[in-house]
Formats: sequence, structure tokens, C-alpha cells
Amino acid sequence: MMNYPILKVTNLTMDFGGIRALNQLDLDVNSGEIAALIGPNGAGKTTFFNCVTGIYRPTKGDVILHQPHTGKKIRLNGLKPNKVTEKGLARTFQNIRLFSQMTVLENVMIGRHCRTKAFIVGALLRTKATLREEKEIIEKSHEILEKVGLAKYVNEFAKNLPYGAQRRLEIARALATEPVLLLLDEPAAGMNPQETIELVTLIQEIASEGQAILLIEHDMKLVMSLSDRIFVMDYGKKIAQGSPEEIRSNPEVIKAYLGE
Amino acid sequence: MFTFPEIKRSFFISLWFVFLTFPIMVVRVNSIEKTVHWRWENIFYVAVGSFFLSMIFRYFLHRREMQSSEDSEKEDGTGQSFIHDLLANPVYRNTLGSALMIFAIAFPFLFSTYQTNIMTTALMYVVLGLGLNIVVGLAGLLDLGYVAFYAVGAYTYALLHYNFGLGFWVVLPIGGLLAALFGILLGIPVLRLRGDYLAIVTLGFGEIIRLILENWGSFSQGPSGISNIARPALFGIDMSLNTAIVYIYYIMIIFVIITIFFVNRLQDSRLGRAWIALREDEIACQSMGIDKMKTKLVAFSLGAFWAGIIGVVFAAKTTFINPASFTFLESAIILSIVVLGGMGSIIGVIIGALVLILLPEYLRALSEYRMLAFGAILVCMMVFRPQGIIASVRRTYKYTPQNREEGL
Repeated sequence: MMNYPILKVTNLTMDFGGIRALNQLDLDVNSGEIAALIGPNGAGKTTFFNCVTGIYRPTKGDVILHQPHTGKKIRLNGLKPNKVTEKGLARTFQNIRLFSQMTVLENVMIGRHCRTKAFIVGALLRTKATLREEKEIIEKSHEILEKVGLAKYVNEFAKNLPYGAQRRLEIARALATEPVLLLLDEPAAGMNPQETIELVTLIQEIASEGQAILLIEHDMKLVMSLSDRIFVMDYGKKIAQGSPEEIRSNPEVIKAYLGE
Repeated sequence: MFTFPEIKRSFFISLWFVFLTFPIMVVRVNSIEKTVHWRWENIFYVAVGSFFLSMIFRYFLHRREMQSSEDSEKEDGTGQSFIHDLLANPVYRNTLGSALMIFAIAFPFLFSTYQTNIMTTALMYVVLGLGLNIVVGLAGLLDLGYVAFYAVGAYTYALLHYNFGLGFWVVLPIGGLLAALFGILLGIPVLRLRGDYLAIVTLGFGEIIRLILENWGSFSQGPSGISNIARPALFGIDMSLNTAIVYIYYIMIIFVIITIFFVNRLQDSRLGRAWIALREDEIACQSMGIDKMKTKLVAFSLGAFWAGIIGVVFAAKTTFINPASFTFLESAIILSIVVLGGMGSIIGVIIGALVLILLPEYLRALSEYRMLAFGAILVCMMVFRPQGIIASVRRTYKYTPQNREEGL
């Protein structure tokens, strides 16, 4: 399979008042690869995610998504978050944002929202098409839950899940939107070593099905073992990019992490 | 359980009550003879009464705390109320439903016209409550100006009838749709706000609509209102007042059933799911591809639609409307119905509406103390059952591998 860029970010700049959180950042993710974005605290990684997913409107720069199934190239900046998700970027959150009063199944069903259509009329009349769609939503959601290993919790309330499972549920919910590129914001944060190992396996499984992933992570061991390519940020700027081996020996990176 | 500190506290409460009620219970000024009549014996009644009431209050509070600590030890899901258990069983549900249905149909023949009229009002508030329940209970948008849409519906009928002679059944959908349109128009700027801010803006909107109706005399005839609005017609048959009241009662019964049916379906749809998710976390919702604005607007305008419909019925029922019928108090009552009944719970809202509208009527026996008693009941409700009369137990989607269907 040929690898081609599916996400191309060029010259991305984000100002908050006088503070430049992102400074002319260039980044690209290829199909089928796991890319990682790392950097010390406050480097602007989450700001980058928020800019790409439409939560913030970037000051300058372009975010272009290449949809493989339509062959279209879509400019994402300026779109609302829900439109960005519809075009094919799904994300998880650093601080878990599940719908805690809803069940595990329902959480994933919400992810199917943008791929389904039924509206007021469908809801009121319960037409055949609506019923079929609802059934498909449930089937598909369950399938995804099986994939991430949460099928046993299917009817449980999201708030009652153990921490590691909640992180997985976030991933499941994002996968339900059928993303072109999956963005994971510190998926291993707060996990114990055992949970982290399970998470690595899960991410590898998802990637092996051709799902492109861009992740932000602090856990260096995880990043080095998972990623095909790594981007390093510091003070809103990209200071290095390359394979894990290249990054490990890059003096700029070592300086950013350990100081002079 | 009546320990010394508890008794001491009740004692101080009764002292405080004596102090508070002193001017109204003890002092009586005779302004003609310019004398003051001191009724010292009342101090004793107030002190003893408030002491024992406070003890009883404490006792129930204590018992409630014991209960809730026991409940939390139980597993989730078993703590459902009696009504929900009852309704879960289809046999009971159908018997109860048909019994209620027969009672509702027989009601006008069993009771006086006066009772039927009150019941019609109560049913109107049931529908209003269910409509607001979509906005507040499901989508979590606190709307304090709901009465504005009710006014839009009522004035739509009044004005179209007055100016063009249009009948009830023609205006009914127009009133609903116009109210829904107002919901969208208001919603576009306002729904960017959240929580308290949204509440304040909707409150303002409710007042604006009322003030426009009051002051734009050439349009709405101002505070003097519009009279001689026609009652609903039935194939052009002329009805006596009594028959007309019974007729409107049956119309309301049908509306209540339709509304329950629709709200129920909305709740269990893709849209209903989106509302519940939106209530929990807006940012996560957007990142899941839910259009926040559109989803909120739909909730807002659907709620407004029902208010508009009932507005038309209201105008037809009273045959006279003026802006004084659409004050903030109305919005507050409808909101109390939703909160008291149990937010998001359909049965809760129905019972809440019946209690809140019928109770003041039947408390008339207490004459001037009825509002006091009503207030006391509301306060006690909020202390002992803050989740409402019937707490909402949302039906969740269940996945069962055997039948591969949602186990509703």
C-alpha cells in the first residue's frame, strides 16, 4: 500500500492575546501510520489539537485533510468542531470527557451520530428506515466495543467504569465516528503500567487495520515503542521530527527535556 | 434520637418564630380608636406550634438521611421507585392505563362543569409541562420565558379570529408553528449562552413579549385585551356553554395523549440521545459530530411548539385574553411543574401538573391560608424529595446478544 499524506498542517500559528501558543508549525501524518507529538509541559500540544479539531480558530495557517474514500482535499480550519469530526477527524480528551450518566453503549452510539440521519420526523413516526438505522447504530457500536475489549461493560454506566476502561471508551467513541485520522490526547495519562501495556496493544491493533493515528503523549517509552514518526514541540515551535531513533539522539530534544 | 442539642435547636427556632411573627400575631392596631391591642396568648401558640413542627421536620430529615445512606449501599438500579416497577410490567401498565383512560372519559359525567373546567386547565398545564420538559428536562436548557411562546399561540388565535374570522382548528397548527418560529428566532442569538445566563435572557424575552402586547395597542389592543374569541367548533354545531367546556376537555385529553406519545418517542430517538449528551458535556458532544446549535434549536422550538398549541386552546377556552395572563408567574409555575414532578420524567411532570394546579383549587377550604399551605408543601417537597415526585429513571439502551435488539 502506498502511503500518502492524509493530514497536512502548514504554518499553523495561534495567538492568545500577546502570547504565541503555536508558532508556524508544520506537520503531516501519512495514511496508516502512528505519528506522535511530544514536548515538555506547556509546549502547545493540546492547543495544536484544539486548533486542528476546530475548538480554537487558528490565527494563521492551514489544516488540510485528505479523505481517501472521496479523494477530496478539505480545508479544516474555520470549520466548527462537529463539522471537523464529520469530515473525518476524531479525538479523545486529555481529561476524560465521557457522558457519565449514559451507558457505555450509549456513549459509543453518540459517536455514530454524525454518520446517521434520523431527525424529528423519523423520531416521531419511527419509520422503517429509522428503525433499521437505530439497529445498525447499536450493532456497530457493540462491534466497536468488542474491538476495544469493553463488550463486558456494555450496559454499565460510563461513570462506574475503572479508569483504564474509561480511556478505552473514549477511544471507542472516537472510532465510532469512522475517522480518517484518530487524534489521541495523552491516552496513557494516569494509567498504571499494566493498563499502559494493554493500551499499547490496543493502539497497535487499531493501527494494524489501517487506521492513521496522531497521539500526544508524555510516556516516552510508549511513544518510542509505538510511533513511526515523532514530532517534537517546545514553546509553540517544532524543534525536531523524525523516526524514534533520530529523536532519541537529537541534541535539541535532549536540551528541551533536560535543560542545558 | 431527640437529643439535648436537637431540642435546644428547636427551642431557638421557636424563639425566632415568635420574634418574626410578633408584629402580625401579637400586635393589633385599631386605627380608628387609635389603641393597640396586645394578644399575648398568641406568643404561646406560635412558640409551641413552631417547636413541635421543627421537631417533626427534624425527625423526617433524620429519617431521610438514614434512608439515603442505606440506598447508596444498594446497587444501582434497584433503587427505582414503586411507580417505575409498576410500569415495567406490561399487564399492570395496560390495566392502569385503561383504568385511567375510562376515568378520564367518564370525568365530565361524574363531576360538575366546574370540576371539568379545572381539570381542563390542569391538562393544559400537563402539556405545557411536557413541552418545557423537552427543553429543561431533556436538553438541559433553563428557559424562564416559556410563557412567551404560550402568549404567541394565544394571540395568534385571538388576532386571526378577530381580524380574519379564522376558526380554532385552522389556527391551531398556525399558532404552534408560529411559536416554534419564535423559538428559533429567539434561540439563534440566545442559545450561545449557558446555564444562568440563558435563564436570564429567556426571562427577559418573556417580559419583552408581554410588554409589546401591553403597549402596542393598535396591534394587540393593549391591556384591555381581546374578547369574544370563538370556542372550538365541531362541524358548525352551536354548543351551549356546558357542552363547550366538556368538548374542550376532550380535546385536551387527546392533546395530552398525543404529547405523551411524541415526547416519549423523541426521548428514545437519535435526537433524544443527542440532547442528553449535550446536557452532560457540550465540548465532547461537538467533538462527536453533534451540531450543538441545531440540536439545541430543535429542542427549543419543539418546546415552543407545544406552548403555542396550548396558547391557542387557552384563548379558545377563556374566550378572552389580555397580557396579564402571560406574566413571569406563569413561566415559574410551568417550571415548578417540571422540577416538582421530576425533571425528564413524563409521569412525574403529569403528576406535578395535576398537583400544582389542582392543589390550590382544593385548598380553597383553607381560604386565606391556602397560598401559605401551598408554599409550605412546595418547600417540604424540595427538602424531602429534591429529585421530584417521580424521579426520572431514563430508559437506557440495552444490548442483549440473544435477540440483538434494544431491550426497551
